[in-house]
Amino acid sequence: MASPNMRSSQGDQEPFDLAAALRDAGLAALVAAGLAFPILALRAEQDMSNQLVLQHRWSWMAIAAAIVFVGRLAILFWNARPRAEKPAQTAAPSALATTFAKFIAPAGLAFLIVFPFVSLWLSGPGGSLKWINNYGIQILIYVMLGWGLNIVVGLAGLLDLGYVAFYAVGAYSYALLSTTFGLSFWICLPLAGILAAFWGIILGFPVLRLRGDYLAIVTLAFGEIIRVVLINWTDFSNGYAGIAGIPRVTFFGVPFIDGEGGFANLFGLEFSPIHRTIFLFYLILALALLTNFVTLKLRRMPIGRAWEALREDEIACRSLGINTTNTKLTAFALGAMFGGFAGSFFAVRQGFVSPESFTFIESATILAVVVLGGMGSQIGVALAAVIMIGGTELLRELEWTKQIFGNDFDPAQYRMLIFGVAMVIMMIWKPRGIISTRTPSAFLKERKAVSGSLVQEGHG
Amino acid sequence: MSAAPALAGVAGSGRQPGKPLLTLSGVETFYGKIQALKGIDIEVREGEIVTLIGANGAGKSTTMMTVFGAPRARRGTIIFDGRDITRLEPHQIARLQIAQSPEGRRIFPRMTVYENLQMGASINNFAHFDEDLERVFAMFPRLRERAQQRGGTLSGGEQQMLAIARALMSRPRLLMLDEPSLGLAPLVVRQIFDVIAELNRTQGLTVFLVEQNAFHALKLAHRGYVLVNGAVTMAGAGAELLARPEVRAAYLEGGH
Repeated sequence: MASPNMRSSQGDQEPFDLAAALRDAGLAALVAAGLAFPILALRAEQDMSNQLVLQHRWSWMAIAAAIVFVGRLAILFWNARPRAEKPAQTAAPSALATTFAKFIAPAGLAFLIVFPFVSLWLSGPGGSLKWINNYGIQILIYVMLGWGLNIVVGLAGLLDLGYVAFYAVGAYSYALLSTTFGLSFWICLPLAGILAAFWGIILGFPVLRLRGDYLAIVTLAFGEIIRVVLINWTDFSNGYAGIAGIPRVTFFGVPFIDGEGGFANLFGLEFSPIHRTIFLFYLILALALLTNFVTLKLRRMPIGRAWEALREDEIACRSLGINTTNTKLTAFALGAMFGGFAGSFFAVRQGFVSPESFTFIESATILAVVVLGGMGSQIGVALAAVIMIGGTELLRELEWTKQIFGNDFDPAQYRMLIFGVAMVIMMIWKPRGIISTRTPSAFLKERKAVSGSLVQEGHG
Repeated sequence: MSAAPALAGVAGSGRQPGKPLLTLSGVETFYGKIQALKGIDIEVREGEIVTLIGANGAGKSTTMMTVFGAPRARRGTIIFDGRDITRLEPHQIARLQIAQSPEGRRIFPRMTVYENLQMGASINNFAHFDEDLERVFAMFPRLRERAQQRGGTLSGGEQQMLAIARALMSRPRLLMLDEPSLGLAPLVVRQIFDVIAELNRTQGLTVFLVEQNAFHALKLAHRGYVLVNGAVTMAGAGAELLARPEVRAAYLEGGH
C-alpha cells in the first residue's frame, strides 16, 4: 500500500514519432538561433581608427543551432527508448549497486595501500611526487575532512559552514606548539585534536538552540572569526605573514634527512625526498581510516544512533529521553577533533601556515564533498572527494587546451564554473548525493540496504 | 460500526482507581507574553485512561508538552509519582518512565522501523529489549512485516502504530498520546484505540490521551477534562461528559 515514487511509465508503449521529434528539435534549433544571433552572430570590433565595426559570424550561429538540434533529437530518442517497468529498483538497490558497495571499500583501500609504490614504479621518484603529493595526499586530506564534517552534517544533521575553523585550530596548534615549545608532531597531534574539540564545544554551546539556516549563519560567522583573529592578532599568530619553519614530520623520531641518523641511512636506502612524501601519504591514510573507523563504530552505538535520530527529529528525541544538548555537543566536538587532526597534518606537510589557507571557500569545498557524496555515507564522501579534489588537480594538467584556446587559457580558472555545473547536474540527477543509500545500523534478521528514493524529499 | 463493543468493558467497569500518578496543579504556561495555560489542574491516577479534549488552540498539546518540560510551566507544579518534575529537563522526565507520542507522530523517517523501536528502548539501556520487541510486534503485526523498512515509507496509520510502539519500548508507567487519531481513517483510529484500551485492561497501563476526536476519546477514557482557552471548564467520568449537552453541542455535533 505504501508505494511512493513509483515511476509512471511515461510513453512506454507509444512508438517513436520521428516527424514530431524533428519538429520539436527544429523549433529548439530556431530558438537557439534566435538567441545566438545577438550573442554569437553579431560582434563589434574596433578597427585601426578605434571605430566599432560590426562583424558577422554566421557560421557560429549555425553551429550553435546545429548542436541544439542534434542534442534535442538525442534527448527525445533517449526518452523514448523502450524500457521495462522496474518497480524492484525503488524497493531495493540493484544487484550491481550492492556488489559495488560491498567491494568498493576493500578494493579502494587495497589500491591506496599500494598506490605510492605503484606510482613510484611507474613514474620514478621525480614523477611520482606529483601523484603521491598532489593527488594522493591532497585528496586524502579532503576525504578525512569530509568524514569529520560528515559526523556533524551527515549524521547529526547540524549544518556547519565554518568547519575550516577547526582545521585552522589544528594547523595553528601544531605550528605554534612546535615552533614555540619544540614539541614533536606526535605529541602535538593529539593536543591539536583536543584543542579543536574544545573549540567545537565552544561553538556548540551558543548554537544549541539553533537549527537549519540560523545554525548555518552562526557557524559561518564562527569560521570567519577564527580567520580574522588569526590575521589581526599578530603577536599570537604573526598575522598574514603566517608561521614558517614548522618542523617537518619525522619517522617516529627519525628525521627524513640525508646523512647520519636520517631515515634513509637507518634503513640503508639511498636518500630521496620521496620517502617523506610516502610517509606523509600513509600518515594521512591512517588518520582518515581512524576517522572512518571511529565513525562507523559510533554509528552502531547509542550516541551514533542518537545523532541520526537528532537529524531526523529533535522533538521526538527529547521525548525518548535523549539528552539533545550532549548529543549535539559530542557531534560538534568529535567532528572538530578530526578537523584538528587534519589541520595539524596540513601544517606538518606544508611546513608553513597562514590564514590564507583557511578561507570560507575551504569550508564550502568540504561541505560540497559531504553533500555531493550523500550525507551520512562514508564511501560516498570519499568518492566525492576524489572527484572534486582530483578533478581540480586534473584541470591543472590540461595543457593541451592551450593549443585550442590560446596560451592565456588556464583551465584551472574554470574550476568554480565546472563545480557549479556539476552541482546542478547532481541535484537533478541524484539530489541525495552519489550514495543516497543509508545502511541501517541495526538489523532484525538480515542486512538489507534501503534505497534513498523510497523516502520523500524534505524528510531527511 | 463504532468501537463501543470493544471498549464498553473498560469505561463502565467501575474499577478502583489507584494512587495519583501525575498531578498538575495551577499550571500556567506562556509563549513569550502570551499565556497558553491559565492555571490547569489535572490528575491522572494509576491504571486510568484520562483524556483531555478541546478545540483547536485550546492548549491541549501545550499541556502535554508542559508535562514534558518544553515549554516549562511558569507557575504551578507538576508532580509525577510523588516527585516534583516541574523544573526537570525533557530527557530527565523521559527517564522517569513517562513516554510520549508527540503530535504528528514524529517517527524517524530515514531510520528503519526496527531502528525506530530501538531508539525507544535506549532509555532503559535495552534491558529486556527482545521481549519488549516481541510484545509490540504482537500488538502491531504490521510493524513486524515492515521491520526493515524505512519509517518514512509507512502509511499514516502504520506510522502512528510505530509512534505508540516506540513509546511502549521504554516500558512506561505513564503513556502520553497527543492526537493519535490525527489524519487517520476511522477504521485505523478504532484499531489504535482498541490497542490502547487493551493495554490498559491487560497491563494496567496508565494513559493520558490528548484528543480532538472527543467521541472516541470519551468513550475510551475513564475520566475526561474539557479544555477551553487554556483553562479546564469541565471534568468528570468519560461517559458522563459524553452525555452532557454542552459537550455534545461543542464537540460532538456534526458527526464524529
